[in-house]
Amino acid sequence: MANIALKGVTKRFGNLTALKDLDLEITDGEFFVLLGRTGAGKTTTLRMIAGLEEPTSGQIFIDGQDVGDWGVAERDVALVLQQYSLYPRYTVRENLAFPLKSPIRRLDAATIAQQVERAAKTLRIDHLLDRKVDKLSGGEMQRVSIGRAIVRNPRVFLMDEPLSALDAKLREALRTELKNLQVNLGATFLFVTHDQVEAMSMADHIGVLNEGQLVQTGTPHEVYNHPLNTFVAQSVGSPPMNLLAGKLDKGKALIAEAGLAMPCRAAPAQANAGSSLVFGVRPEDISLEADAPGEARIYDIENHGVEKILTMRAGETTFAATVAANSQVAIDETVRFAWNPDKIVFFDGETGNNLQAG
Amino acid sequence: MAAVTSRAQRIGRPVSIIAILLVTAIFLFPIYWIGSTAFKPRNVATSVPPTVFFQPEITPFVKLFTKRAQLREQPTQEEYDAAPWWEQAIYDGGERVIKARGEPLLSQYPSRFINSLIVSVVSTVLAVGMGTLTAYGFSRFRVPGADDWLFFILSTRMLPPVVVAIPMFLMYRTFGLTDTHVGLIILYTAFNLSFAVWLMRGFIDEIPKEYEEAALVDGYTRIQAFYKIVLPESVTGIAATSIFSFIIAWNEYAFALIMTTRRAQTAPPFIPSQIGSGLPEWTVIAAGTVLFLLPVAIFTFLLRNHLLRGVTFGAIRK
Repeated sequence: MANIALKGVTKRFGNLTALKDLDLEITDGEFFVLLGRTGAGKTTTLRMIAGLEEPTSGQIFIDGQDVGDWGVAERDVALVLQQYSLYPRYTVRENLAFPLKSPIRRLDAATIAQQVERAAKTLRIDHLLDRKVDKLSGGEMQRVSIGRAIVRNPRVFLMDEPLSALDAKLREALRTELKNLQVNLGATFLFVTHDQVEAMSMADHIGVLNEGQLVQTGTPHEVYNHPLNTFVAQSVGSPPMNLLAGKLDKGKALIAEAGLAMPCRAAPAQANAGSSLVFGVRPEDISLEADAPGEARIYDIENHGVEKILTMRAGETTFAATVAANSQVAIDETVRFAWNPDKIVFFDGETGNNLQAG
Repeated sequence: MAAVTSRAQRIGRPVSIIAILLVTAIFLFPIYWIGSTAFKPRNVATSVPPTVFFQPEITPFVKLFTKRAQLREQPTQEEYDAAPWWEQAIYDGGERVIKARGEPLLSQYPSRFINSLIVSVVSTVLAVGMGTLTAYGFSRFRVPGADDWLFFILSTRMLPPVVVAIPMFLMYRTFGLTDTHVGLIILYTAFNLSFAVWLMRGFIDEIPKEYEEAALVDGYTRIQAFYKIVLPESVTGIAATSIFSFIIAWNEYAFALIMTTRRAQTAPPFIPSQIGSGLPEWTVIAAGTVLFLLPVAIFTFLLRNHLLRGVTFGAIRK
């Protein structure tokens, strides 16, 4: 197992800058999730660590060693992709044995067979060993892909959206399994996804990428509760954090568009009275109360069983609130609501940066 | 399954079957004609109107393979009886088999046929082999000016090859390549290479590069990944490209006629050259043609599954 470090890594494809001066540190044995939208540079980062892509500038370290001029095979990483990662024409057993049969490993047949059996048992695919891979379901295929990665004890596991092509139920099941596997192996995982639920539920640390730049790294808790800017605030959480533009006035949040004046905690020093701000509030920090200071109309109700997600309108502004499933609400009903003043996050109205950061 | 057929389908089906049979018959007629001629007695072959029903004989094939001369005197009854059946067949036609030290001499046909095989097989292997590697390079690596190179490669096919026949001939004479197997192999490989590169590139483009990347990560070199993953996946493309290359090389006439005379002469220029000597022996020529058709037919038959998938490529796979 190993730690990974990227120092000032930039990658350009022609005129397009995929990654800009990326610094990243992944410690030994952690589950690190790189979260970002399509084109944010997640996959490029992964491919550069694997050695499939060369950085335009900057250095990549695995276990403290600069691997800049190492070949793909020498880096000893495992890669699991969203699809196309299994060799067609081969059986599951042959796929699992393939990495072990590489001439650089010089393993004898008995060792290979034993390691294949062990990996297959770990992932509960031992009954599929003699099946051709094109006869497998999507979930089985991804299990085999993961099996091919764990079979040879690589130094680092790189996973490029391995669950994205699966249906929701399977995705959930494999999420748990993958996390357990990582804990049991004590392995370093770098997992790339656009799905914030995956990031939140599996990661020890999350790195949020936006247009080739790392915006924030931190534990899921930090990223969720203390987003460094409005981009991160909207990247995690479902529904994402509500962002309401307004001003501070006598210790109250004045949201002109919505016609709201809400109580809020002590503002940071940078938030001068009168400067334009964005107030961030998580939907679960909004509650319906009879004598609350805010008033809004219910625009939409999404019943999720354990809770209801309300879309509310106040003036020209829409925002979301999660309330208990037994709340009695109806569409177009006008309700009064409060928010938890201690949980308000202040963002600069111009830059979108968290005013309390750093 | 319940058959749901519209009226158009009920009428359309027999009509299309008839049309297919008709077209097939038109295409197959020359083959039928040459095939039947190869088994006809000599006088039947040229009869007017043509004879459809006749007693087939193998004599044209015997004649094809033996060196013969006109009989000046009839063999004695003992000589005739002692001769094997094929020699008797030659006697019956008023000819004798030329022998050297008691052994019958072979005609030139087998050596020409073998020349054709050598030149076609070697040039196909070379063209498809180099073409596949080149196509892989174009498909997988960022080649500066790739489109220009590919256009340049294709441009070698933009003029009829015969246009350059004279300069080619002069060059070949200077380098001593006329009437050599190597000379023809170089020529046919060059013809087929551009075609092979383009065709194979299409096939290799369709193989996801993730397979090889997975192999690289799994500890294989680029060459090993190519050999273990890409090659097995492109069998269909290789088969289709090989058939086309083989047919082009096998049937090539113009350059073979100009560049070869004896030692390396292939079958296509040889077969018609037999018409010129004396009375044309149509049955023997037909026999030579029938045998000439066989390698391509066998090759195509063996690879037919790949070929079908290969030529309809893109229509079947996404």
